[in-house]
Amino acid sequence: MSELAFFIDYSRCIGCQACVQACEECDTHRGRSLIHLETIERRDSVQTAPQVCMHCVDPICARVCPADAIKQTAEGVVQSSLKPRCIGCSNCVLACPFGVPKYFGEVDQMMKCDMCYDRTSTGRRPMCATVCPSQALAFTTIEEIMRTRQGQAVNEWQFGEERVRTKVYVLVPTAVDRVHVDIIPLSSLRKTPLADPYDVAELLSQ
Amino acid sequence: MADAHEQARWREDFPVRWDEDHYMTRRELAKFLTLGSGLLASVSVLIAAIGLTRAAPSAPVRTIANVDDVPAGGSLLFRYPTDEDPCILVRDGAGRFDAFSQVCTHLSCAVVHRPEQQALACPCHNGSFSAADGRPLAGPPTRRLPRIVIEQQGTKLVARGIEV
Repeated sequence: MSELAFFIDYSRCIGCQACVQACEECDTHRGRSLIHLETIERRDSVQTAPQVCMHCVDPICARVCPADAIKQTAEGVVQSSLKPRCIGCSNCVLACPFGVPKYFGEVDQMMKCDMCYDRTSTGRRPMCATVCPSQALAFTTIEEIMRTRQGQAVNEWQFGEERVRTKVYVLVPTAVDRVHVDIIPLSSLRKTPLADPYDVAELLSQ
Repeated sequence: MADAHEQARWREDFPVRWDEDHYMTRRELAKFLTLGSGLLASVSVLIAAIGLTRAAPSAPVRTIANVDDVPAGGSLLFRYPTDEDPCILVRDGAGRFDAFSQVCTHLSCAVVHRPEQQALACPCHNGSFSAADGRPLAGPPTRRLPRIVIEQQGTKLVARGIEV
């Protein structure tokens, strides 16, 4: 039996907000919900999608941190910023391709989903996966997911030319081996290359 | 994750991996030192305060004998501060009174007065204490006998406390 892993099945999400509430109860960040529950094309659909930290194998949030405040544990869990070090610059908030880190102005610190490290490090399920009634958020083994779900679990993402591998899996149709996320290439917006690449006024005028 | 060899040199000092991070900020060290010193100081003050407020329980005052009961060079057994604590009153040749616990500090046998040696001797292991101040003179005991503070009130001898 393989080790426990986190799986997101977006198609199962019913938007009940139970995960948002349960996240507040986590002892590592009590009172602050760090999960994102996104609404997808709200005008036309009731589809929602939970977004926990995907725990990138090479976490870009930690890479861009100028204060050396974001650390990855041996299990691959990317932690919230260390309070004595975080300078609240929000570099990580901007850099994360999944939009996970949250900056809290009142404590001047970035906090993010740490997969309920106090729970998962002792073999218990994260708060959100514990309460999710449709198990769109599931913390179980890959065998169990393959046995009970359709499609397949992947943990590779393609953002433009950037490939990202994550600790958390998402369930996708069988034919998909990697989640492609389209990004708007800034270069295509420009009709002509800028004479001065640092001329912000000209960049915005185009 | 990028191979360690591909990392920039400065990354070795600021690793992403938690278990490789051994950096402690000046602020963390200062906080640790301040809190640690504060804790030590406050605990010391607390212990001192407890020691001051909880004074030793006052010893009972008890009449133990009349002056005439003990001849010079003689001794008398009594109990102080409770009836469970045997003590011995000795009077030296000059007429001076001293009193000690009768419990040997070696293995708690009862000591007996040897006026010819001016000693309190323990028969169990041949221990010997000075009859003048209770210091161990010979044998296994290393600690002095607790002294009973006595006071002469007229013709009565009164015990007022214990000096360990």
